[in-house]
This record gives sequence, C-alpha cells and structure tokens, in this order.
Amino acid sequence: MTTVTPYRSAERDARDGFGQLLHAEWTKFRTVRGWVAGMILAALITAGLGVFVAKTSANPSCSTQTSAGQQGPVQHGAACAGPAFPRGPGGEPVKDRFYFVRQPLAGNGGITVRVTSLTGLGQGTNNGVPFGAIAVPWSKAGIIISGGTGQGSAYAAMMATGGNGVRMQWNYTGDTPGVPGAVSAASPRWLRLTRDGDTITGYDSADGTHWTRVGTVALAGLPSTVQAGLFVTSPEHSTYSSSLGVGNGSSSPTVSTAVFDHVSRTGTWPAGTWTGDEVDPEGMQVPPGSVGYHQVAGRFTVTGSGDIAPLISGALNDGPNITVRDYLLGTFAGLIAVAVVAAMFMTAEYRRGLIRTTLAASPDRVRVLAAKAIVIGSVAFVAGLAAAAGAVIIGEDVAHTASSVFPEPWPTELRIIAGTAALIAVAAVLTLAIATMVRRSAAAILIMIVIIVIPDVLSAPPGIPTALTEWLLRVTPAAAFALQQPSPQYYQVQASYIPPSGFYPLAPWTGFAVLCAWAVLAFAAAAYLLRRRDA
Amino acid sequence: MTLPAAGLGRARYGGRARYGGQTLHAEWTKLRTVASTGWLLLGAVALTVAVSATADAAATCPSGGCQADPAKLSLTGVQVGQAIVAVIAVLAVSGEYSTGMIRVTLAAMPRRLTVLAAKAALVASLVLAAGAVAVPASLLAGRLILPGHGFTAANGYPPLSLGDGPVLRAACGSVLYLALIALLSLGVATAVRESAVAIGLVLGLLYVFPVVTSVVGNQHWQRHLEQIGPMTAGLYIQATVDLRSLPLTPWEGLGVLALWAAGALIIGALIFRFRDA
Repeated sequence: MTTVTPYRSAERDARDGFGQLLHAEWTKFRTVRGWVAGMILAALITAGLGVFVAKTSANPSCSTQTSAGQQGPVQHGAACAGPAFPRGPGGEPVKDRFYFVRQPLAGNGGITVRVTSLTGLGQGTNNGVPFGAIAVPWSKAGIIISGGTGQGSAYAAMMATGGNGVRMQWNYTGDTPGVPGAVSAASPRWLRLTRDGDTITGYDSADGTHWTRVGTVALAGLPSTVQAGLFVTSPEHSTYSSSLGVGNGSSSPTVSTAVFDHVSRTGTWPAGTWTGDEVDPEGMQVPPGSVGYHQVAGRFTVTGSGDIAPLISGALNDGPNITVRDYLLGTFAGLIAVAVVAAMFMTAEYRRGLIRTTLAASPDRVRVLAAKAIVIGSVAFVAGLAAAAGAVIIGEDVAHTASSVFPEPWPTELRIIAGTAALIAVAAVLTLAIATMVRRSAAAILIMIVIIVIPDVLSAPPGIPTALTEWLLRVTPAAAFALQQPSPQYYQVQASYIPPSGFYPLAPWTGFAVLCAWAVLAFAAAAYLLRRRDA
Repeated sequence: MTLPAAGLGRARYGGRARYGGQTLHAEWTKLRTVASTGWLLLGAVALTVAVSATADAAATCPSGGCQADPAKLSLTGVQVGQAIVAVIAVLAVSGEYSTGMIRVTLAAMPRRLTVLAAKAALVASLVLAAGAVAVPASLLAGRLILPGHGFTAANGYPPLSLGDGPVLRAACGSVLYLALIALLSLGVATAVRESAVAIGLVLGLLYVFPVVTSVVGNQHWQRHLEQIGPMTAGLYIQATVDLRSLPLTPWEGLGVLALWAAGALIIGALIFRFRDA
C-alpha cells in the first residue's frame, strides 16, 4: 500500500498585501512609456514656461542702465538689479519713506505728544479730480521710536491716521487699532511711546490724563541709543477699477500735514534740539520743497509724504511686479498633462479590459483604488516638486541678472514650491477618482479642465470680472492655487488685492483644504461606484 | 454603422459628388447616434450662457465710467464653452479609434480625405448651430443684466443690440471662433488619435497664451505672443471698443486662428492619409 500525496506546488503562497498591490500598480504605470513621458513633459512644460517668463520679463533698459552708469527713468517699482528694496527686520521688502523730526534717545525713556490736526495737501489730480484737502485714509502722523534713520530700521510708532483712527504699528507689518475716529482741534489725540530695553509700549488718550495701553511690542536688537520724535507720511492715492481685473488703475503721490503740541519727553535726550529730515529722500515722489517742518512756541507743523509699510507685489502695486508665483504660471499646463496621465491610468484599465484581471487578482476594489491613488499621487508630487523647484531656481537665477524680483523670505518660497507639488499631486488623485466614476478619459479631463484649469486661467487676463474669479477661486478646486500667493494681504496697506496681482480670496492652506475636500469626496464616490458597478 | 439601402446599390459606384454625399450621410449618422454629441452640445451652450451671465452679474461700472467692453464681457462664456466644443470635435475622431470603428469606416469609405472633410464639415456645422444659439443668448443676458450694474446709456453704454455694427461683428465672429476652435481640435485629434492627449494638447495650446501674456513684462514679447496665440488673437473679434489699441484688427485676429485651424487640419490630414489606421 502506498499512499499518494496529492500534488502541492513547491512555490510559496503568493502574498496579497497592500505592498504587492502598490508594486503592481507602480509596475503598470512604469511600463507605459507614454505615461512616464507625460509626467516628464508636465514637469518640463511647467519649468520651461517659468524660465520663459523670467527671461521675457527682464526690463531691457535695466541691463544697459547699470553698465552706462546713468539713472534712467525709474518706473514705479521697476528698479533694476541690486539691493533695490530695503528689507524690514522680518526680511520682507518694505517702503520706509517719511518726514522725521527727531532726536536721539539714550537708554530708556519716552515721548508724549498731542496731535490736533491731520490734513492732506493738493498735489496733482486723479482722473482730473483734485484729491487735495483730504488726508488719504492711511496717511499717518504721530511719534516713532526707530533703531536708526536707515530704511528698514526696526521701529514702533503711535499714530493718528487719515481715516482709520489711532493705530500702533511696528516693524512694518505689525498693526493694532487704538481710539477710533478722526483727529481734529475739537477732538485731539494724545499719543505716548515708552521704551524699556527692547520693549516699547504705546498708549493713547483723548484728554491727556486718562491713558489706554494700545500695545506692547518687543523689538529685537534695538540699539541703546535710538532715534525718536515726530513723523508724518502719506501714501500714494490709488484708484483701481479692479472689478474687471488688472488694466485700470492710477496712483499719484500725496502730502499730509499734521500739527503737534504738548511735546514732552522722559529719559535722556542728549542732543536737546530737533532735527528734521526725510527718510529715503531719493524715493520721495513729491517736489523736495513740499515736505518739511516748522516749530513755533512748542507747536510743530510737519509735512510728509511716503509710507512706512510692507511693499505689496503685483501689477498696479508699488512692489516689484515679478514674484516667484510668476515663475509658476506654467502650473496649469503641467496640471493638464498630469490630468491626462492620471485619467488614462484608470481609463486604460477599462479600455483594455485589464480591470477584470486587476480585480480578479485583488478583489478588494477600494484597496485597488487606494493603491492607484497613492502611485499616481506620489509620481505627480515628484514631478510637481521637480517642476516647481526648477522653475523657481532657474527663474530666479535668470531674473536676478536682468530685472528685479520680489524678494521672498525662504519659508514662503518653500511653501510655494512644496505647495505647488502638493496641488498637482492632489489634483492627480482627484482626476483618478473622476476617471473611475466616468470611465472615459475625455470626460474626466474635460471635468478637470472646467473645475480647476479654467478658474485659474480666467484669473490671469484682464476683462474678466474680479467678483467672478474670486468666487471661482473659493469654491472650485482651483482654490488651491492660493498656495502660490507670494505675500500676505495687509489690512493697513491700500493696494490692489485681486487674483491677477497674486492675491487669492482664501488663505493658502485653506485653499488647499478646498482641493483636498473635493478629492476626498470624489474618492469616496469613486470607491462607492467601483464597488457597486460591474467592471 | 448601417448605410441606407439606397447607398448599397448602384450609388456606391456613382460619381464623386454622390460618393461625397454618402460619406457625409454616414458621418452624420455616426455623429448623430452617439449620445455624447447631443449632451456635449447642450453643455457647451449652457456653460457659455451661464458663464457669460455670471460675468455680467459680477461686473460693475461705477458712475464715473469704466474702461469695460460690454459686448466682450457678455461673451466671456465663450472662453469656457470652447473647452466643450474642443471635446466634441476631438471625440468625433478619437472615438472611432478607441472603439476600432475607424477600420470599418475606412473599409467602407476608402477615400480618407473625403472622410476627414465630411467630419470637419459636420462638426463645424453642429458647432456653428450651437454657437448661433449660445452667442445671441449670451448677448441677450448681457442686454438684460448689464444695465442693472452701471452699464447704462448715462455712462455711455447703450443696451447691447445686434443692430449695432461692432456688436453684430462680435457676435458673428464669436460663432465663427467656436467653429474654428472645433476645426483646430479636429485636426489635432486626427494627428494624435488618443482623445485624452488631444484634449490636453488643444486646451493647453489655447490657454497658454493668455496666461503667459498676462505676466510677461516685456511689451514687445507681450504683443507678439498675443498676436500669435490662437485664443488671444481669435478673441479680438469680440472687441467693440478701443480697437486701435489691439495688436491686430478683429478680423485679422480671427484670421490667425483660422491659420492655426488650417495648419492643424493639414497636419492631421497628412498623418491620416499616410499612416495605418
């Protein structure tokens, strides 16, 4: 009697873990030449368009201007290569231009003043309408403690403004409101600043006896002797017809005059006399004689122009037009290429009938979809990262030799580059999910183009109502383009904060969350349909 | 595909004109009986009118006047609707490749250029018909909505009317624009065959020019890019104010798009003629 053992394969059981599934999907992607080429093309288009923009944005007069050593007509913000923009203590480019009546203050001390009037002076017209006699809303008159007289010095200031009440501002970007309402002889404003080491505290008062603390700020690295005194500045008066995007706008410099009295000081003020001068006299856009100060029996009348504020990038604004975002304008084209590949990654399964093999090998359909999403998302992320980093690095290299670019603090630059890659990756997953639902690549790509590419594209050219593009950039997945916003929006700086200038209606990561929400919902719907329907 | 009974008789060996007519009829039957064609045409009309009306509602013209072009504004939807028009044209060709139908088509009608011409004529006609609905409807929406947003006669904007020469030119031109976009897409799709790739190529080509020109700082480059871009130049046909500031006249602009469409069709035709299906 012999017992026959049934045949058993010597091979070990095949494992069907998620790792194997990922490996299978990666093999499918890797071995289709067109898809790999499509992803490479996506990266090349994105980076290539960025380099093209950097090259063609060069101001041709700039390269000749520096070599000839002559100062050409410097355009609004279009200063040429070199350290054109003063940087604030936080590294951001700033405008630091005002009339300063100052004395050195040694060590701790303080200054108190009463402001009795702040008015504008007519300087030119705006579309034929003289805007004089009114002080522009963000004209500023008050007291300041500054680390020095150079542009970009650390400072803290208490000020009355033309239309925004009393404010405490510091280091260009900081802003806290104090007493509201306009200043006049009938309702003067008392302002006080005190220094204690690196700490500066601002107070305001309506009567000089009851004081309210507005804010306390720490200015790191403030020298022991600082410049303190009175200042007046008045930003450009700008009008934008931004309802139809970029294209219409005008701005002209303004001048404001303020009257101060009851000036009192505490602490050590070694000079004893006041000095009046302009900070950034070259940048003053008004005739030299139109700013200054005079003092009669403790009453100071100070006239100034300019602004102490962060520079705002973008068309119509006074900062440099070119930002890192502009090097990434090819993102939409890369996105189209990635969407084509991501859609075909799923629809090819149906077209070739491979889906039946795939689902026979791995019957858990949601796992298959997840593996596909991970593979296409990762590949798109790598392609997007290469494209964005390439565009920004090469673009900056090209542009720095030719024209000025909005200098970006590195965390922002990192957010823009990594954010662009994340945007492309999540968009690829969204495309995959839509392709799973509709099963046809043409339909999936059409949907992606309508919901993400067109809202981005429409925000670029003039003539499209801003209200429409801003609405689209809130609700569609294109909201994620907010990740490319080059600089924050400041309440205290009047500027053109519209999509063509690089400002999005949602905060960067909020916009990204909108895209992620779309992707999650689409993935859930795709998983449901994939399980319910026959393959 | 079934040819009508008459087509299977002597007519097949009839004259060239007869052959062309049969081809046209066959292509029409194919286009007509695919469900997606009707839905996409409907979608193109609806999206064009909806986006135009939304743009009208989103625009404002302050009492001081504005530099807006109400006709162009009312036709904003064309910039979105053209995406669907491109898809219709692409699917008319690539749909045959994805199903293998193309082999049947070419077996029945071996004159390939006639097939392509019939497809082009039919797709263009369908898009012209859709445009002839979408464009006047968009202008009507503008006529109804814009006066409520400051575009009044007092501000220098009389109500939009097709009786006005430039507005009529913008309207007819926009319909032609959509048809040319369809022909451009048909040419690209014939060349590359794969619908996904063709759609990506066409829409990338259309949208890349307005996006790049909006950022390029160099005036010289900006002007030239606008002149050669199929979408930027083609949409000059919608301009009704400040024509002198345009780099090309409206009809020259549409001519640039026509050259693009002709170029794409010629390349597509050559590839179609000489490559295996």
